[in-house]
This record gives sequence, structure tokens and C-alpha cells, in this order.
Amino acid sequence: MANFKVNGEDKALDIEPDMPLLWALRDELGMTGTKFGCGIASCGACTVHVNGVAVRSCVTPVSAVEGQEITTIEGLASAAAGTAQPVATFDPANSALTAVQQAWIDHQVPQCGYCQSGMIMAVSSMLAQNPNPSDADIDSSITNVCRCGSYPRIKRAIRSLATA
Amino acid sequence: MKINRRRFLLSSAVVGGGVLIGYSATRPSRHRRANEELAAAGENYVTSFLKIDADNTVTVYVPHAEMGQGVHTSLSMMAADELDANWELVNIEQAPATDLFANGDLVTGFAGELGAPSFLAPLISVSAVKIAELGNLQTTGGSSSVRFTGEHSMRYAGAAAREMLIDCAASRWQVPASECTTALSHVHHNASGRSLTYGELAADAALLEPSKEPTLKTREQYNIMGKAISRNDIPAKVDGTAPYGIDANPEGMLYAAIRLAPVFGTKLVSVDAGDVLSRRGIKRIVELEDSVAVVADSYWRAKMALADVVSVFEDSPNASVSTDSIFAQFDASLASGESDEDRELGDSPAAFESASDVIEASYRVPYLAHAPMEPMNCTVHLHEDGTAEVWTSTQDALGIKSRVASILGVSADKTTFHHSYVGGGFGRRLPFTWNVIDHAALIAKEFNVPVKTVLSREDDMQQDYYRPAVASNFRAAFDASGLVRAWENRFTGPIQTPGAAHIPYAIDNQSIRVVDGETHIPIAAWRSVDHSQQTFFTESFIDEVAHRAGKNPYQFRMDLLKDHPRHQRVLQTAAEAAGYGRNLPEGHALGIAVQESFGSVVAEIAEVSMDSNLRPVVHKVTCAIDCGFAVNPDTAASQIESGIIFGLTAAMYGEIKIEGGAVANNNFPDYEMVRMATSPEIDVHILESDNTLGGFGEPATPPLAAAVTNAIYILTGERVRELPIKNHKFQKPSLAQV
Repeated sequence: MANFKVNGEDKALDIEPDMPLLWALRDELGMTGTKFGCGIASCGACTVHVNGVAVRSCVTPVSAVEGQEITTIEGLASAAAGTAQPVATFDPANSALTAVQQAWIDHQVPQCGYCQSGMIMAVSSMLAQNPNPSDADIDSSITNVCRCGSYPRIKRAIRSLATA
Repeated sequence: MKINRRRFLLSSAVVGGGVLIGYSATRPSRHRRANEELAAAGENYVTSFLKIDADNTVTVYVPHAEMGQGVHTSLSMMAADELDANWELVNIEQAPATDLFANGDLVTGFAGELGAPSFLAPLISVSAVKIAELGNLQTTGGSSSVRFTGEHSMRYAGAAAREMLIDCAASRWQVPASECTTALSHVHHNASGRSLTYGELAADAALLEPSKEPTLKTREQYNIMGKAISRNDIPAKVDGTAPYGIDANPEGMLYAAIRLAPVFGTKLVSVDAGDVLSRRGIKRIVELEDSVAVVADSYWRAKMALADVVSVFEDSPNASVSTDSIFAQFDASLASGESDEDRELGDSPAAFESASDVIEASYRVPYLAHAPMEPMNCTVHLHEDGTAEVWTSTQDALGIKSRVASILGVSADKTTFHHSYVGGGFGRRLPFTWNVIDHAALIAKEFNVPVKTVLSREDDMQQDYYRPAVASNFRAAFDASGLVRAWENRFTGPIQTPGAAHIPYAIDNQSIRVVDGETHIPIAAWRSVDHSQQTFFTESFIDEVAHRAGKNPYQFRMDLLKDHPRHQRVLQTAAEAAGYGRNLPEGHALGIAVQESFGSVVAEIAEVSMDSNLRPVVHKVTCAIDCGFAVNPDTAASQIESGIIFGLTAAMYGEIKIEGGAVANNNFPDYEMVRMATSPEIDVHILESDNTLGGFGEPATPPLAAAVTNAIYILTGERVRELPIKNHKFQKPSLAQV
């Protein structure tokens, strides 16, 4: 049995220990917000948080997250509501979205949108650790692929969230 | 278009017969049918694209796929504006995949432009006007949704509906229609102070026949078009709820992983599945003509098991084909002297004979994969009662429905297509790029539960329908006074986009000819189609000509564009915005390119430097586009940013390698993408004009490569004539800023 928490709920799955977390989420739990992009941790479409830190779930076997706290895009807003927000002025009580998600709407970031679950998870993790990233920090932290090329808008959205 | 023979036969088995549609989809029979077939109590289709409910909400049915280009919002803006609807009361719905919402209009739009695009070519007979199967098309491609469906259908639907609502109000009030006005989903009779909501009039209006020639608004009358309106698809794309084809999860679904013949066009000979069938979750091994699949209760289990299935495919004479052999074949073809006319002007041979100076150069680009972020997938359920369901992300829902039905041997009328957002198209999900669709249907035919077939990233990289590799040989002739007198271009075909190799420059003698470039590698439309390679070629060589003439590349172009004021305008705008001719940071240079495609004229200026390892760094791209009019300027800007980055990925890294007759690339590490760190600043200038609407999805991609390599030439003195740039080893240190 694989045991871990997803968005605050305990999950117990009778699956192989080497099944990647991505496929446990998508095919076993039916949580399709986390995306399959490359299967080799190259593109980041599958990014989730393990104990609040961005992880590429397509190469993370469920055995490696035994007993851990997983947050997916579906649970990001509720997970954030109980923790420190990257933006002091953002009031999660008045939004079903996090500040990062709202910034994605404000800056009209997504195009096809397929990579954006992973982007938002990666950016949320970065901002939790570094609330005021420089351009160089953004470039080195956010290595996800967006085939539509939403990078300029992602950068604008992140800058709008910086606390400085 | 050279297509693998087996795939082509599959195509022609499904396509055929036909109906002719050549006018606006507001035509009467459709909205009547919509009311009969689709409307629930209290709902009224006023045209087939518009439904108005008693509570005054307007629903716009958009017959195009939303792939992030914002088409659901833009087309709804067009219909709603002509309707004089209150945007706050407008719902946007994906039109169902039925012939009521076919969008064959876009084909006639293309026919009026430069001939039909390649992805539709197999549907169109050589007798030109006879266009088959338009009733079965619901295609999104060719940067066409707004400028054709929007301009030719959605605006007419809105305007016709508005006139019908006015007629109903006028008749109810017993006043002349000319005394009635509309605003914010109401009809007003100002003289008597009376008003009715559209919702109160909709049931009566639905009984009228829409006018085929309603009066459209002029631009100064627009209330909604031209505003930066937030896209309706974005909220679901930030919280994980947006559905894509790959997210289909019907009850009892199984998963298929598939291995297709690595050498295109070869057949499966034998399979040794070993102990695979005894493993957990594995249901069946399915052998198809050109592939083997493992079906399991999870995709991961299927994929892991498939790795241990040994398969043998037949030998093929193409098994010795490589990138090198293909370019050698192209060179032989170019040297053969056998060519077909693309464009001949003046007397090119005479101009070369009398030339004082001749410059020549050879260019090449490789095959490219589309690599949309959402891996190719299709879920099919053949029910025991002879009905079927299909889930997939596609640029042609109606065509996919028909094709799957045909393969399953069921009626298309009994087949339901489930729409989703499309996780990237770029041409990969157009008609005739059907491998995963066909295979999913063939596999699902063996089951009575839904089966989702998924191509892994590696599968899709190796089983795409590629942007063709092309070689192009140029010559230009100067007269004694240094004027360019002749332009000669020989390139390998096929021509997928007529006119892409033509140049706007005033050169009296031109000889542009195409030679055979067919190989066994399947090809298809790739964002901007032939413009992607031809603009790299022509805008690089004109730059070479300018430098040879000792002229400033900007002024040289401006002088030769004297008959193309739109080109001059975008070039001038981009140059001014980019600071052309002003001081740049030390070691930076600006490269220029301009191209018209899909109805828009685009100039791009790339600001580039060379890093300490002599690798180019693109700092900024300034783009000016004359698009006629931008329906949603923010969506338009985002499409331009996207097109530039797509073009930059191709220019810097894009290269599909052929080895042993198959694609050697596997995944993103060896088909690298521009990422955040390599993404330049982008400055977009949208110029409106009196011209008809131009496209946005594709036109920003073509000029990018030449803009970058033209800057690299200024920096290094080295001319990049083969893409991708990453393969070029720059020898010289950076020159001083030019």
C-alpha cells in the first residue's frame, strides 16, 4: 500500500511502489489537474508540492512520498489559505484562488494552458521561498516548458507579486 | 503533398462525396434545424450561432477549437457586438460537433486569398470550385477563425439577429423598424419611450428568416470589438479544472500504450510479448498493421509493459535514409535543372548574363516537430448498441468524429464527440495528421469499454507529421551601377503555402522555381507553414544582397518596398521602436526581417549579442504588425509573443534528425525549447489600417529566424545559412557594434 496525503486528505492506494506519483494522481485518483508532459522531469507540466516544495511528479515514485503531504493545483488555494502568503496584501479569505492564480488571470498568462498547472505550482513554491526574486532568480528557478511561449507574461505576473 | 502511402489510403477511404457550402452560416435552414434539434423549452436559436433565452442571456456557439488563441472570446465579441448585446449577459459555448456548426466558410475564405491551405488540399478537387465535404469540417487553423468565420459568419449572425429582434419589436409596437434602436440587449422605441429585452423578443424572432445581407457596423460603431477583454477560458486554466482530451475519464476506461513502426510506412511483422500478459493490470496485446499496443488498467502499467514487448517491423528501402542523404537528394534535385514555376518576372537569364556582379548562397532548414505540450491522445468507446463516443483534443472536431465513426464502422450520427480545450495545436491536430486517432479507434474496436490511447512524448516526437526540411539556392545579379537587377531562387518542394517564397521587393527580373523534395517523411502544416522556412531564406538573402551592395539593410529594404506601403509602415514602426540607428549597448546589434502571411504584414527586429562562449543571446524582439484591425488587442499581442517564441525555438534549437529512416530525437532534452532564461523581452506594436482583417496565430513566427541571424551577421561577419543556430560554431570574436 502507498499512503500519502493529497490536498489534506489521506490516500491509501494498492499500487506498485515504483509507480510515479503523476500516474497515481491522474489514473488512480482521477485528479487530472496535474499534467503529463514529458515523463522524464524535463518540462515541469507535472509539478506538484511535496511538503510545500515543487517536485516533478512524473519521476517521483510513490514510495518516495510515503507519509508525505502532497499539494496539487486542485488544492493549491485551500493549502495556501492555511499558510503564509507570498503577497502580504492578498486576502485568501476573499478568493477561491491564490495570489499567484489571480495574477495569472490579471496578466492573461495562459494560452493553451496545458503547462500552467505546473508553472503555477513551480512559481508558488519559488515565491514561498523567495518572495522577491530577481530576474536571474526567476530564470534559474522556473525551468518549465511552455510551448505557447507565455514566458513574458509569466515574468510580468511574478513581478507583480514581488513584495518589494 | 507526399504522404506515407498507407496513411493516404486511410485518408481517402474516409473522405469523399460532398456538399457545397459557399455562403454564410446564418442561412435559414441551419437555425431552423438548431431550434428543432437543440433548443430546450424557453430557448431560441435566432441564428445557428446565437441562442437568446427568456432571461435575456445570449449564448454564442463558437465553431472553433480553443487552443489558447482566445478564439472563443474573440468570436463571441464579434457576434455580440453586431447584436448590440450586453457583454455581461453573454455566455460562450463550444459549438457541438455537428454539421449545423461546420465552418466550411473558412475554406472559401482561403480560396479567395491564395488557394486553399495544404491541410485542406485533399478535400478540394482540381476543378477549383468544387469543394467536397465542407459539411464535415470544423477546422481551426490557418490563422483563420476571426478573419473568416468571425468576419463572414459570426458578425453576420449577430447583425442578422439584431435586425430580426428589431423587426419583432417594431411589429409588436406597430411602429416602423427604422424608428427602433438597440443597445445592451434591448430594443428601444425612443419616440414612445418603450423598451423590450432581447429575451422578451427571442421566441418571435426565432420564427423569422435571418437576412443574408444584414447591415454590419462600421468600426467607429463597435462597442465590444477592439477592446482588450479577458478571455473566458483562463480561469479554468489556473485552478486545474480546464478539461483537455487527455483528461477524459469515462467509467471503466482502459489505457493503451502504442509502438508505431519507427520507419514510416513499414508494417508489423511479429510480436513477442513474453510474460507481459501475466503482469498486473495488463489486459491485451493489440497488433495493428503498423503498430503494437498494450492495453492495461493504467497508462503507466501499459507503457512499462510495452517496453518489454519485442516487435519486428518489415524491412524498407527507406531504412537507409538519413538527414544527410535527404539533403544530398535535395542537392541532386536542385542540380538536375528540372523545376516548376512558382513565379517568373521579366527576363532573369538575361539579367544574369549582363550582370556586373553576382552573389549566390545556399540555405537549409531541417524537419521540425510540433511538440504540443499535451501529448497526442484519443479516447474511444464503441458501445454494444452501435453508438460511439470520442474524446480528444483536436483542431477539427467534426472531421475527427466522422473519421472515428468510419473506422469503427458506425454511423457518424450515432457518434458523440466530447469537446475539450486543446493543449497546443500548431498544426499537429489538423485533419490528415491522424495517426493517434486512427490507432485509438482501431484499438477501441476490440473492446466494449472506453480505451484511451496516449502517445508518450517520445512517441509523438518520432511519429509526428513534420514541418518539411527544405533546401534553397539563391542568386542575385547587380548591374554596373550596383542596383540589384535579378533574383533567382530554386527550392525543394512541395509548396504547401502558395506565395510563401515570393518577395515584396521591387526587383524587375525574378525566377522563383520549385524542385522535387519528396521523401518518405510525413509532413504537414506547422505554425505558419511554408512561411516559416521561406521567410528565413528570403529575408536572409535580401540581407546578403543589401550588405553586398554596401547598403544599410533597413534603408535597402525600404527603398525596394516602394510598392508595399504596409511593409514600409511596419518596418519603420519596428525600427523606431527598437531604436534602430541609435546607440545600442556595447556588443549588441539589430537584425531585421519583414514578411506578409495570413493577411498580416509583420516586421521584427531582434536585438542580439554574443556571449563569452560565442553563443548568440537574443535580448529583445520588437514587432510591428499591420493586421487591419485587432478584435481583441490583448489576445492579439499574446499570439504575437507566442509566435515569436515559437519561431525562436525553431531558429535556435529546432532540428528533427533522421537516422535509419526514422526520427532519432526522443524528448525535450534533444528537441530543446526556449525557456524562461532564454525568452527575450518582446515589444509588440499593433497597427490598424483599412485593410481586411489579418491573422495573428501564425504571422509572427516567420520573420524571427532571419531577424536573429541578420543580427548575428552584423556581430560576427558570419552568415548563418542553416538552422538551427545551435549547430553553428562561431569562429570570430564579436565585432564592434555596427
